[in-house]
Amino acid sequence: MIAPFKEIYRYLDLPIRSFRRLGRIILIACHDMGNALIMLASATLYIRTIWRPRARRETVMQLYVTGIKSLGVITVVAMFTGMILALQTGLELRRYGQEEFIGSAVAISMIREMGPFMAALIIAASVGSAIAAQLGTMAVSEEISALEVMSINPNRFLVMPRLVALTLMMPILTVYTNILGILGGGIVGTTQLGVSFQTYFDNATRYAENKDLYVGLFKAMVFGVIIATVACYQGLSTTEGAVGVGRATRQTVIISFLMILIIGYMITRLFYI
Amino acid sequence: MITFDKVTKKLGGKTVLNEVSFEVPKGETFVIVGLSGAGKSVTLKHMVQLMKPDSGTVRIGDDVISAARGAELERMRRRFGVLFQGAALLQWLSVFDNVALPLRELTKMTEEEIEKTVHEKLRLLNMEDSLEIFPADLSGGMQKRVGLARAIIRDPEIILYDEPTSGLDPVTSRLIDALIGNLRKELGITSVVVTHDLQSALAIGTRIMMIDGGKIVENAVPEDFIKSTNETVKRFLESQYITRRGAWEKGMEQYVR
Repeated sequence: MIAPFKEIYRYLDLPIRSFRRLGRIILIACHDMGNALIMLASATLYIRTIWRPRARRETVMQLYVTGIKSLGVITVVAMFTGMILALQTGLELRRYGQEEFIGSAVAISMIREMGPFMAALIIAASVGSAIAAQLGTMAVSEEISALEVMSINPNRFLVMPRLVALTLMMPILTVYTNILGILGGGIVGTTQLGVSFQTYFDNATRYAENKDLYVGLFKAMVFGVIIATVACYQGLSTTEGAVGVGRATRQTVIISFLMILIIGYMITRLFYI
Repeated sequence: MITFDKVTKKLGGKTVLNEVSFEVPKGETFVIVGLSGAGKSVTLKHMVQLMKPDSGTVRIGDDVISAARGAELERMRRRFGVLFQGAALLQWLSVFDNVALPLRELTKMTEEEIEKTVHEKLRLLNMEDSLEIFPADLSGGMQKRVGLARAIIRDPEIILYDEPTSGLDPVTSRLIDALIGNLRKELGITSVVVTHDLQSALAIGTRIMMIDGGKIVENAVPEDFIKSTNETVKRFLESQYITRRGAWEKGMEQYVR
């Protein structure tokens, strides 16, 4: 190569390589997203088989794991979320002598955003990562291959019950989070800000609309689908043994968190602007 | 019955199978041997389309399994039973539920019929006393026997064994060999066994094929395999203390039918 061109090529080499790497990352992301959506569509089509005895048993088991087993951590997080919200908002409102309105501030924040959001983050970190680890371990120990060879579709056998359980349980857990969050706010309002329980709950119920509740529950349902899809896809596509299982678990939490934030914003924008 | 026609497969830039062609006749116990990473398990996975070839075709009778999809692929796979290297039992199901799984998921058999069939297969493999035990509480050999019971539960035409004796003590290994031999004799099943245990290969195989570097270096009946003049085969035999002349001198002929 002629010397000046060689120089130019050397300067361009780094950006070209970076551009190539970026392109590869985008292609892999698109490929993964496409495959995850195909898996989701396939699992959704298999919901018709949910009344089979084994599928029913497995779905009930997943409902138990998702719902009952997460109640402890959700209780603590929901209470403290409501308490923090009430304290922060209440201290600001007190400067204007409007602290009796903390009920409505906490209720609207919890029902619209914080309830579905906090419940989704907890479920993604606990249940989502557990699903990815379980399916990932099954993938590397050839249990998924064994199912495929037996003509038992993993999307029906494994993904569908988890998808149904998370989609149904997320709105229920969100309602529970909302109630406890509002209750936590009430405790702070009464004990620290001098707002009576009666005033707090009057305001909490007066300004929150039905639409807030429906949009919040819709969000929770979408978050359930996201967590199930990401966790199952990451788990089923695990390779490279124990390292791969660790990677699938980490990826599940990161991708779920990001998608919950982005999709959550989009839904809020869709319904409130 | 199983036909590989110029099958090529690359993994991570490395050619694992290079235009591999061979046939597994019906009713035979066809053993594939080779060093680790030679492409044995990859060959086995192509037979049930757990992997697809980059070029070439894999046929099961007249069916091209390498190109099959959806319901057609499921139909073809139902002709197979597979014993995986680690048995691949579902850890949250008991021995009974693991073996009964294909019947519950894929047939309309009553629970009574399923129970009878599961008992029958587990009796064949001397595992009838372990019905309620979970896989984690079983030894490696017992897990493989349960895996084998699950593989034969729907009376498949072909059974694939991926390293059936790996990680097992010699006594249990010979027991597994005997079970594979019995299944062929009693049920007339075609078997494909992947192993690097030559003693096992000579004991059960009606034909032995060696793969090295993605190519077939020998494909012969055991009597001819042990006398092979191919350098790779000779090295492989010698590595397991089986020499062409020495095998007969040391009484190894008992392992060659």
